[in-house]
Amino acid sequence: MNASLFKSLEFRAGLVSLLIFVFILAVWHAATLQSAPAPAPTTPVSAEQAEYDKLMGKSAPAAGETAKTTGFPTLAQMGSTVVKQLSNPFYDNGPNDKGIAIQLAYSLARVGLGFLIACLVAIPLGFVIGMSPLLRRAFDPFIQVLKPISPLAWMPLALYTIKDSSISGVFVIFICSVWPMLLNTAFGVASVKREWLNVASTLEVKPLRKALKVILPAAAPTILTGMRISMGIAWLVIVAAEMLVGGTGIGYFVWNEWNNLSLTNVIFAILVIGVVGMLLDLFFARLQRAVTYVE
Amino acid sequence: MDGFLRVEKLGKAFAADKPVFSDVSFKLDRGEFVCIIGHSGCGKTTILNVIAGLDTASTGHVFMDGREVAGPSLERGVVFQSHALMPWLTVRKNIAFAVESRWPEKKASQIDEAVRAAVELVGLTAAIDKLPSQLSGGMKQRVGIARAFAIQPKMLLLDEPFGALDALTRGTIQEELISIVRKTQQTVFMITHDVDEAILLADRILLMKNGGETDAGYVPGGVGEVVVNTLPKDRNRRNLHHLDGYYELRNNIVDFLVTRAKH
Repeated sequence: MNASLFKSLEFRAGLVSLLIFVFILAVWHAATLQSAPAPAPTTPVSAEQAEYDKLMGKSAPAAGETAKTTGFPTLAQMGSTVVKQLSNPFYDNGPNDKGIAIQLAYSLARVGLGFLIACLVAIPLGFVIGMSPLLRRAFDPFIQVLKPISPLAWMPLALYTIKDSSISGVFVIFICSVWPMLLNTAFGVASVKREWLNVASTLEVKPLRKALKVILPAAAPTILTGMRISMGIAWLVIVAAEMLVGGTGIGYFVWNEWNNLSLTNVIFAILVIGVVGMLLDLFFARLQRAVTYVE
Repeated sequence: MDGFLRVEKLGKAFAADKPVFSDVSFKLDRGEFVCIIGHSGCGKTTILNVIAGLDTASTGHVFMDGREVAGPSLERGVVFQSHALMPWLTVRKNIAFAVESRWPEKKASQIDEAVRAAVELVGLTAAIDKLPSQLSGGMKQRVGIARAFAIQPKMLLLDEPFGALDALTRGTIQEELISIVRKTQQTVFMITHDVDEAILLADRILLMKNGGETDAGYVPGGVGEVVVNTLPKDRNRRNLHHLDGYYELRNNIVDFLVTRAKH
């Protein structure tokens, strides 16, 4: 009885979601209806005129190709772009024309690397800061000043010192994901219950074993929360960072397609960024659930 | 009196001129069960923590088995009031953590054997693979006791272990504790608030006085009286209040707590 009620709630929620989706598509469709292309001029043009039109970007659409419009893309155009991008995600036609999967892979690699380095720095450092009131106070002013800096503000400095745009991107991810992890680790370690530490003391547990077997599992939910926040921020920042440094990645893809005035590709990329961000968050949510304990 | 545990002139002061207690001296013999009773804030837990090595005294010393206590040790098992189980570990792993700490050289199978024995001692074999959050308060405290016994300490320190339990559960665990202590000949030092619990369990009962202002100035707290429990050893929850001398003993302690415990 209860289960079926729950099930029906989920079902109804899904139905409403679907309705909202259809509504959005309908609004989109209605809004782009009038921007359908004007009928092509029937008057024949001279070869020179055709060439001139082509140079001016006004050439008549070739047969079979979707009609170009000056307005917001229609649903049909959007759909064909999605199909085209998803049906061949791995193509590589040179620096400015790569499949969406390749661009995503570049972004994910940068985020993954920057995030990993941030983990390696933030978790041990957070442990030390959390365990030592002296160090907590000593590090506090630095953390408080560095934390609110927009990661992109580091970009010129990174480009100047590192002299490599791709590594600078990784650095920016590192610097933006290090703070939430550092603060959460320190907080989690500092607030491990006194009684568990007392148990470890009366059992004469060695410091390293105590850190790994008592403090780490006790603080793990808080640490994972920090990692989840960090990953969220890193995924926000990578798009902006890649727009800035260019070359590869989903952020650069967005900017490149904007320069190409291909709004369908921009919208497609936005959707991809959203879906990947959601998947990353889901992954960390699952990890978080795995280490959470009930007292 | 072999003085297995000797507490000598112990004192603790958070404010230098007003120590919470001072000049606390007593001895525990091997195999003896001693309870300490007193009002909140008289320093019972501090004394226990100093004996455990988790806290330091301002003055005085504690010796166990001829050696001064300087920090926590596996030789003294502690049962905490709040059971202090690691909530992310099952009962089995909680106790295994203690056993591994005591005998790091033991093989996994030997550790598991010791864990099983400890769990069986408190009758929780059925719940061995449960998490603490799946257990009742009484069961959690049993696990805490099993963990303390599992490391085979030279003495046991119990910090009001049944304080958070309901009366029925408390009675059952008290009897279990008696039988385990008799079986293992443990030396036990226990804090309690419950006069009947003290009379049931203890061979001797230390009654603590709170510090306070008197006409002659501040007087620190300390052990006011020591009551030797003369009731027969085989007393239990059912016959306790029918025994000769029970009411004299109980009245004496209650009178102390009500009228003589404060300066």
